Amino acid sequence: MKLSPYDYFKLALVMLVVTFAWSCKPGKAGSSVDADAAKKVYVAPGKYDEIYAFLSGGFSGQIAVYGIPSGRLLKVIPVFSQNPENGWGYSEETKPMLNTSHGFVPWDDAHHPELSKTNGEDDGRWIFINGNNTPRIARINLTTFKTVEIIELPNIGGNHASPFCTENTEYVVGNTRFSQPLDNAKNDVPIDSYKQNFKGAVSFVKVDKDNGSMKLAFQLIVPPFNYDLAHAGKGPSHDWMFFTCYNTEEAHTLLEVNASQRDKDFVMAVNWKKAEELIQQGKGTKTPVKYAHNVYDENTHTATSTMETETQTLDVTKFPGLVYYMPCPKSPHGVDVTPDGENIVASGKLAAVIPVFSFQKMLTAIDKKDYDGMIDGNLPVLKYESVLKGEVKKPGLGPLHTEFDDKGFAYSTMFVSSEVVKWRIDNLQIVDRIPSYYSPGHLSIVGGDSKKPYGKYLLSLNKITKDRYLPTGPELAQACQLIDITGDKMKLLLDFPTIGEPHYAQMILADKINKNQVKFYKLEDNKNAYVTKSEKDTKVVRNGSRVDVYMTAIRSHLAPDNIEGIKVGDDVYIHVTNLEQDWDVPHGFAIKGANNAELLIMPGETCTLKWNPYQQGIVPFYCTDFCSALHQEMQGYFRVSPAGSNTPLKFSIGENPVTQ
Amino acid sequence: MSARQRYTFTLNRKIMKSLTRVLVFISATLMLSAYFLPLWHILLDAPQYPEGLEMKIWLKGLSGNIDQINGLNHYIGMKFIRNADFKEFKFLPYVFGILVSIGFMAAIAKSRKLLWIWFISLCLFAVIGFSDFYVWEYKYGHNLNPHAAIKVEGMNYQPPLFGYKQLLNFTAGSLPDAGGILVGLGGVLAAAAIFYKPKSSPNLSK
Repeated sequence: MKLSPYDYFKLALVMLVVTFAWSCKPGKAGSSVDADAAKKVYVAPGKYDEIYAFLSGGFSGQIAVYGIPSGRLLKVIPVFSQNPENGWGYSEETKPMLNTSHGFVPWDDAHHPELSKTNGEDDGRWIFINGNNTPRIARINLTTFKTVEIIELPNIGGNHASPFCTENTEYVVGNTRFSQPLDNAKNDVPIDSYKQNFKGAVSFVKVDKDNGSMKLAFQLIVPPFNYDLAHAGKGPSHDWMFFTCYNTEEAHTLLEVNASQRDKDFVMAVNWKKAEELIQQGKGTKTPVKYAHNVYDENTHTATSTMETETQTLDVTKFPGLVYYMPCPKSPHGVDVTPDGENIVASGKLAAVIPVFSFQKMLTAIDKKDYDGMIDGNLPVLKYESVLKGEVKKPGLGPLHTEFDDKGFAYSTMFVSSEVVKWRIDNLQIVDRIPSYYSPGHLSIVGGDSKKPYGKYLLSLNKITKDRYLPTGPELAQACQLIDITGDKMKLLLDFPTIGEPHYAQMILADKINKNQVKFYKLEDNKNAYVTKSEKDTKVVRNGSRVDVYMTAIRSHLAPDNIEGIKVGDDVYIHVTNLEQDWDVPHGFAIKGANNAELLIMPGETCTLKWNPYQQGIVPFYCTDFCSALHQEMQGYFRVSPAGSNTPLKFSIGENPVTQ
Repeated sequence: MSARQRYTFTLNRKIMKSLTRVLVFISATLMLSAYFLPLWHILLDAPQYPEGLEMKIWLKGLSGNIDQINGLNHYIGMKFIRNADFKEFKFLPYVFGILVSIGFMAAIAKSRKLLWIWFISLCLFAVIGFSDFYVWEYKYGHNLNPHAAIKVEGMNYQPPLFGYKQLLNFTAGSLPDAGGILVGLGGVLAAAAIFYKPKSSPNLSK
């Protein structure tokens, strides 16, 4: 057969098309979604979720509480950021909670929620979270889901490696991400004197085992590295706390490059038990500093802020045996201890392997002085090979963080290759991987950092969503993926957007928290200085230019609701007590033109709004929480008269024939 | 009547009599529970109150979610329910005490006459008690303040005497509570003691 040039052309065209079809890009993974996903995450209306998930809000400064497996948002707990929605940080009672040595700081960057632990297990009593920017640690009471204590940490910059707790919540820790000159040292120094003048301070905050109250116990002064994350030992490694260090180059500019030069940085092992003994023996150096300690009292419903003036420090170079360094490839982020307390997994975000250190080998190396040099003259670096159990090979790109299940597996996030990798703790072999959408930082398994992981669910906490949801302009939500880890293969069940940045999360069985819930505050136990326990005790009191309004709220009126004799320039404090004694009957309170937020007052609680009327006139106020069928009637008026006028102080509420 | 038959008859009477005494004794003891357990309760269910509201009626007073119930009732202008408004609770414990002691006395004295007096008093107590309960319900349900925010249709918001009734968004139930059930059981036993006559056993008459 003879082919014409045109036939050759047709043939070439067909071959081109076939070649093109063959060379198509590989398909995207969609198969990881569990076929039964809908059934597994469906929580019927009116039914409860099995798990509470506490997600940090990252740059929102708060904690978001989700139900798992449904992924339903249950509550945003205000912690470090003002929350106009319920008056947190706006009401007179809560303003002191956001006080610091720098004054009122109404925002922070909240990274790592940490459930309190007893015998290495989550006990459901409190959850701690760090403020990264202005170094702070907060404690939230899990019977009321309210932030009840915030302690500032002196001497550090960027409290990132925090607030990880020891096995029985003896301590929560804080550590500096940005080393800097200590607070009481000469600090007007050239930035390039970093190596001479900058320091790190490992902070141990003692937690009272009965009431949870926090106290800065001591700080270890360490070399000026960047300290990223931490985890306490448990069981055999109970006495130790492990921190990851990067920027061991001690760079102070363009860290992106200059802090990424060395092949290995460190895991710093701190013998906190030994440090505690040294402090008890009076070896600590008392140094003057300034840091705020804020406590919210749930009986007075009022916070107080105390400025502390002293810390105790131990210079680790003067006390041998306090810290040891384990070389760790490269710029490590997470440092995680296996449930049995025997192995320490570090994740170097620029490393090609995940090193797993053996705690027993570490002790042996310390005994044998198996050193690979010293830092700052006398801080031993242990030999990598001597402390290594092994390496997880080719885990993926950008390993960040690892947690554990109840069956001997570890799960690590890969930030750069955007996946979660499952591997066996005993032989360090990778058994499965699943894509993440996109770029996971931390992950969370129910009880995954404790002695007894519950397993079942894994949350991959992602930084980027791009095309995952309906677009909302340039600013998109971050998100997390819920993954079923009960089988051999990980299965994607659900993904849902979150508030702020879901930097890290802790998950706990709902039963451990649910049964202890407070439904409302008992009015008879309300010890607020301005409480009004009955409508007949309501009053308005003037003292110079200060006016105190003792107001009550009950369905469906505020008393008093007609108030005259307020003058321009007064400082008016409205103390509203919610008289209700029933579940889920909050009342709100807002004033037209007040340069403030609203109050949201729980049953039995008293909250105070400060208002500075600046012009004369009639000013309405009302209840903002749709409390009842007559909520729209729950309102009142202030009459504001000119400064210096003699309008008499008068307050009243119409007679209610029904309740007399 | 043969001697043997007479013997059997006497024996049967003796057995019956001690059975009666035991019944009366158990009955009076059950009634003592009124001092430790609530007699009656009114249950309120609404969409917003899935956990329900409850008012318990004891021999000596009321308990339960009275504040919440008053808080809700103020919308329809019902008078606030207050323990002090019920004089009954002041003397009820004594009246009932006398009643129960008559039962014990009947059992101890083996007196059928006392037993009858006891039974009739119990019946009277029940009739008067329920009538009084009804009158109170009527008063609360009908004396609604005309200035209240919600005008109930027909100005009638009377809870049921026994059983369930829909009142606006609430399903109201009026039912005996643990104490009431035990007292009722005591009443049944008291009636049994009087009216139940065991047949003579064929085995014994042979």
